[in-house]
Amino acid sequence: MLQFLFPSGWAPFLMGGLLIGVGVSLMFICFGRVVGMSSFFSSTLSWASGLPYFQQPSLRGTRVWRLWCALGLVLGVLAWQLWQGPGSALSTDVSAERLLIGGLFVGFGARMSNGCTSGHGICGLSSLSGPSALAVLIFMGVAMITANAMVWFTGVRP
Amino acid sequence: MKCLFDFLGMLLGGALFGYGLAYSGMVSPEVVLRFLTLQDFGLMLVMGGAVAVTVVVYQLAPRWLKRPVLAEGFEKRVTPLDRNTLVGAALFGVGWGLSGVCPGPAIAGLGGGNLKLLWALVGIFAGAYLQGLWASRANKR
Repeated sequence: MLQFLFPSGWAPFLMGGLLIGVGVSLMFICFGRVVGMSSFFSSTLSWASGLPYFQQPSLRGTRVWRLWCALGLVLGVLAWQLWQGPGSALSTDVSAERLLIGGLFVGFGARMSNGCTSGHGICGLSSLSGPSALAVLIFMGVAMITANAMVWFTGVRP
Repeated sequence: MKCLFDFLGMLLGGALFGYGLAYSGMVSPEVVLRFLTLQDFGLMLVMGGAVAVTVVVYQLAPRWLKRPVLAEGFEKRVTPLDRNTLVGAALFGVGWGLSGVCPGPAIAGLGGGNLKLLWALVGIFAGAYLQGLWASRANKR
């Protein structure tokens, strides 16, 4: 059963998840901040766009620390890469078109919904929010349908 | 001094998050797509592990501490049950299923040298911008 559910092992997934939880918890204990990652994109756009939407305090007022957090994300992966990584740069076989178009939907949808995998998933569920739990079920269900449809259309299994 | 603590604290919080994303393999779109096509359920453990830690801290810290170590108060995340939350989640799902990339790994993956993820990053910025435009129009009406 374990082999069927987790053919590539379970420990690294669980360990990675726990570390993510420690990071999110640290930001809450130190600063009282509930930090989801999709807001970074809108708060960073407040530097580039004068549109009142991006200048609202919840985005403009948080853009500096969200940038530090994003920088931390990059450095965290870099540290893993240096200590235990494969020794060569990570790469992906997913096509540039899929990344770009998928990204468009991810950006629009996550901001419209005000949460993504971390915002609704980690922060929302940990806040015991019913609407966030529903959002998680919806995006996971739709993503599974989409990913399987892509396998069917392209004939390529990831 | 406050700025320095803010910088270091958020940098460390983000770095733990990024390290966890790399450790679990979630920075790789392939790992996400193998979960979404039901070949490997490891991602459930990533979310489960993260929530297991965070739910304890989110629920207990505001009871046990008067205030955060370096700030005035604890934020409370409130999500309304409305059309935007649900339709947005569905659109996000389409994008996640297409690309295997969500916001955290899109940013973090660059640290692993995966420059191809810049395509996703540009897409997400563009999507977030369009959402801002759309929300501004919707408000005017």
